Amino acid sequence: MDEARAIEAIVDRIIPPDPETPGGKDAGCAVFIDRQLKGPYGSAAGLYNLGPFTKGTKEQGPQSPLTPAQLYRKGLAGLDKYCKASQGGKAFAQLSADQQDDVLKKIEAGDVKFDEADARGFFDTLLKDVPEGFFSDPIHGGNKNMVGWSMIGFPGIRYDYRDWVRRHNERYPYPPVSIAGRADWTPHKS
Amino acid sequence: MARKLPAKDVVIIGLGWTGSIMAYELADAGLDVVAIERGPWRNTATDYPPGYAADELRYRVRHELFLRPEQTTFTFRNKMSQAALPIRSWGAFMPPNGVGGGGVHWNAETWRFLPSDFVLRTHLTERYGAGFLPDGITIQDWGVTYDEIEPHYDRFEYLCGTSGQAGNVKGKIIEGGNPFEGPRSRHYPNPPQDQPFGATLFGKAARELGYKPFPQPSGNMSRAYQNPLGVRLGPCTYCGFCEWFGCGNYSKATPQTTILPALLRKSNFSARDNSEVTRINVDASGKRATGVTFVDTDGNEWEQPADLVILSAFTIFNVQLLLLSQIGKPYDPASNTGVIGRNFTHQTISDVTSFFDPAKFVFNPFIASGSIGMCIDEFNGDNFDHGPHGFVGGGYMGQVQTNGRPIETAPVPPGTPRWGAQWKKAVKENYQSALKPGTGVHGSMYSYRDVYIDLDPTYKDRFGRPLARITMDFHDNEIKQNAFLTDKFAEIFQAMGARQVVKEYRKGPYDITKYQTTHLCGGAIMGSDPNTSALNRYLQSWDVPNLFVTGASAFPQNAGYNPTATVAALAYWAADAIRSRYLKNPGHLIDA
Amino acid sequence: MRSGPTIAVALIVLGASVGSSGSADLQDFASIERGRYLAHVADCGSCHTIPGSDHPFSGGRPIETPFGTLLSPNITPDRDTGIGAWTADEFDAAVRHGRRRDGARLYPAMPFPYYTRMSREDVAAIRAYLNTVKAVPNEVRVNRLPFPLNIRMAMTVWDRLYFTPGEFLEDPSKSREWNRGAYLVQGPGHCGACHTPKTFLGGDEQSDALRGYALQGWVAPDITSGPGALGNWSVDDIAEYLKTGHNRNAAAAGLMGEVVDLSTSRMTDEDVKAIAVYLKGVSGTVPGSGAAGDKNVLAAGAAIYQDLCSSCHQGDGKGVPNMFPNLSETATVSAKDPATVLRVILQGAQSVSTDREPTGPAMPAFGWQLDDAQIAAVASYVRDHFGKNAPSVSEGQVQKMRSALAERTD
Repeated sequence: MDEARAIEAIVDRIIPPDPETPGGKDAGCAVFIDRQLKGPYGSAAGLYNLGPFTKGTKEQGPQSPLTPAQLYRKGLAGLDKYCKASQGGKAFAQLSADQQDDVLKKIEAGDVKFDEADARGFFDTLLKDVPEGFFSDPIHGGNKNMVGWSMIGFPGIRYDYRDWVRRHNERYPYPPVSIAGRADWTPHKS
Repeated sequence: MARKLPAKDVVIIGLGWTGSIMAYELADAGLDVVAIERGPWRNTATDYPPGYAADELRYRVRHELFLRPEQTTFTFRNKMSQAALPIRSWGAFMPPNGVGGGGVHWNAETWRFLPSDFVLRTHLTERYGAGFLPDGITIQDWGVTYDEIEPHYDRFEYLCGTSGQAGNVKGKIIEGGNPFEGPRSRHYPNPPQDQPFGATLFGKAARELGYKPFPQPSGNMSRAYQNPLGVRLGPCTYCGFCEWFGCGNYSKATPQTTILPALLRKSNFSARDNSEVTRINVDASGKRATGVTFVDTDGNEWEQPADLVILSAFTIFNVQLLLLSQIGKPYDPASNTGVIGRNFTHQTISDVTSFFDPAKFVFNPFIASGSIGMCIDEFNGDNFDHGPHGFVGGGYMGQVQTNGRPIETAPVPPGTPRWGAQWKKAVKENYQSALKPGTGVHGSMYSYRDVYIDLDPTYKDRFGRPLARITMDFHDNEIKQNAFLTDKFAEIFQAMGARQVVKEYRKGPYDITKYQTTHLCGGAIMGSDPNTSALNRYLQSWDVPNLFVTGASAFPQNAGYNPTATVAALAYWAADAIRSRYLKNPGHLIDA
Repeated sequence: MRSGPTIAVALIVLGASVGSSGSADLQDFASIERGRYLAHVADCGSCHTIPGSDHPFSGGRPIETPFGTLLSPNITPDRDTGIGAWTADEFDAAVRHGRRRDGARLYPAMPFPYYTRMSREDVAAIRAYLNTVKAVPNEVRVNRLPFPLNIRMAMTVWDRLYFTPGEFLEDPSKSREWNRGAYLVQGPGHCGACHTPKTFLGGDEQSDALRGYALQGWVAPDITSGPGALGNWSVDDIAEYLKTGHNRNAAAAGLMGEVVDLSTSRMTDEDVKAIAVYLKGVSGTVPGSGAAGDKNVLAAGAAIYQDLCSSCHQGDGKGVPNMFPNLSETATVSAKDPATVLRVILQGAQSVSTDREPTGPAMPAFGWQLDDAQIAAVASYVRDHFGKNAPSVSEGQVQKMRSALAERTD
């Protein structure tokens, strides 16, 4: 429960709500992350997971034996511990938006260390996963009602733009479509 | 204990582009051919239909069509002094898996190399003197010339229905094409694709700067097409889900859309999928291949005897299999001896992102094919005088923006925070008015003594075999080349009216986490001298004459172009040599 | 037996244990080759060979009829379980008169009402060929029909109503080509067995010949010309479709794909042209149009079509010649019965691959992506917009089709 609250709060700071477009939480980014972590991404399925595990150079890529699910677990635990210790006993979700931003900025700058996980590495992972949740097809749990796509004008899974290739400097007007379709696919009731 | 299967005339390891080409050519010659493919079968309607092919998370981010590193991977280090570590998750390149190989999800950018590329060492030495070449460079002549390969480039282009504008037909320069290209015997089979706004603007600005822009030659059909095998392709619809993705409407040239339907009708061809070849077997003399050993998904080991072995498993797997089968002398960089593993190369890529006034420019970046873009070739190969610049090599550059998929393409100006309200606002404001070509500068990578493949001493695959180890870093030559090209590239975007142009030079050390195309080359190179090459000019192993090794592993160095057309042309060239000479008289085609 | 040289037939002849019965001199290659060709025209293998089997003509394939299922008999020369012991007359009586060796009547799943038009010589040639195939011991219990249909005596009545024996008679006022085509269609090709509507007893509605019939989960559409569904098809279109499985308008898939694969693609160019010439002369009626569709349904269908269908079938429905069907000129789109349209949208369809047209594009399945209301909408839109005002499809029809398909094994 606490983890879920924390993630919801985090995604709403990484992509905050504004009057025109929902933030990460209402866009379903936390749902997305939850589902991803429960699936093959979370368990690092398909990756090379044989040891020995040795930290190398940055150029040699990630070498941690932690799966993303484990990283999130430990990262959130570390975040919780840090907040409770430095923010008057409050969990991350209980802080104000500004306070949350401050905490995240400190982690981003490398000024915060967690005991069991690389704090900055955890934050970098969030910076990858949260926008994925905002911009991936809604069937994955995020980008609810295609809000992310509507924000930028990305038409989704449309597959035929032949009539538009040569219409230069003219905004493509049609609404986005997801693998799950769009509202207009279902006949309106008269 | 491996069970022995009935013998075949030919066994082909890997059913990708060259595997399919070789299979068709040799089955057409009447031979009994079996192809053994490590990955699964792939078909358009069941594996990547339009209903769900356009899933950026699934295919681009989670790499669903590619090899799983768990099945096999490589280790990597920059320098020989380091310990190599496994590539646990792909980054710099994306190895393929499955029938069709990389041909399923390539961009279909279909380029020929320059005539000078094939005789690189001779050419550069003649023009600039041997002293001009960087230290440790190991570039070589290929042993074939452009003119010899030209009919086979033509063959591949007509197989694929390549959509382009010829620049040089039999020596006549044609306006609108690439004036630097080697002479071609005839025009492309299909006219060029339409170009979206960004590419058109780039072309206009390039022309005004005095360059000769031309549309990128594309294996995405500009119109419906039927190839010489009778196989048909439909017209490309510019969906913007090309590279990394399967094509849902039969409009990208792939083995599935150009060769396999005709190949599968041949009763003398068969294939096994989900079967991994673990070894090429040779007889006691070590000079004759007897077939291959492979493992199926039940873990059973089988032996497939054959008279002729074609190794077409993709660059690094070719090299690894040769090393594991102990065919050819392994390369040792310290003594500069041996051949298997030497001259390994990649590509030198950089990007320029430009931001335009959103009130004046709307680019619809999601409208694209994989091989879209107006390009210029003035700075490729030796198309310009390198004397004043102190480097060799070059590449094409172009507004080659193949997609606007939002996870990947959310450009923001430098200085924008990486998250938060300002980031969100910047993404929104710039998505429709920024240009981000990705592999906009597509430079060569020449070969060096300390960039190579061998076997890792520590890490193993799931069969317990050593992984291939990559030792690779950039050399100053390529860094300089890239800086020069990137600056030139950026000038064009400036001239287009961008309000901000952001250059991302390629800098060392070579980073295994940053995608830089999957144009891995070398390691089992062709050449005229068996001391410095693994294969003769017909891709025939110097050591084992009934073994031919196709793919970019044959390139002694990489040029400033995508390799696929050259890979395919060499496969046709080798198939031709096998059909017209080898089969009549099996043995060494060239005396060593 | 796909494509083997003639010499292989001779080797089989010498090596096989064939019955001494039957007409043919086993070395009469001319007859055997002619018989092999006619067996393809008559498409014996599609019923008598289990797909993919190494034992051609050994029977056992379930034949789905509106009345129940039959299994095809073993027609290899095996003496005990096949037809090796049959005389030439007995074989002829079966094929052209619907009478089994023991006198029982055959069910018209065996299209004897069509084969009766064949000449005795042609049927004898088929026998000559069948005598050369490998004898396979395979006991088939043919009759799986429910009571009382499993009583063959009932066929006495059926035969009186629907069986008009007699060889094809040429029409001297027509060309040789037309007559050849008529013979092929009315005789061995037995096109009407699928394409002609049936009475409730399963006999042909002769007055509506070739105007379409639904069977085995598909629609065999109207193939008539004039105002009929193939009115805009040329002779060459029809010939190309039969020979290669594809033409500028349509692609053969499903059951017709199998017909092309096993039968029509193996016919000579002259024969498929003759069939086309004959068919072009069969004039049909205008396909019935339905009431104007619900505009909300059609609007939803248009949206789905634009998003999912247009990238292959194009915005105007015209498709890509020999790749993606032209929905205005595909008979199954405008057929009164929407079975094929629904089946293809729900499950997808694999078009046939032939030597001349090897591509074999496939329509992907959409049943997982679209619900019943959405499929009804897009099917209705396609039929209304491209299918010459063909009737709309209801959500209930889609639901029924979905359940029916879930129970099918093919």
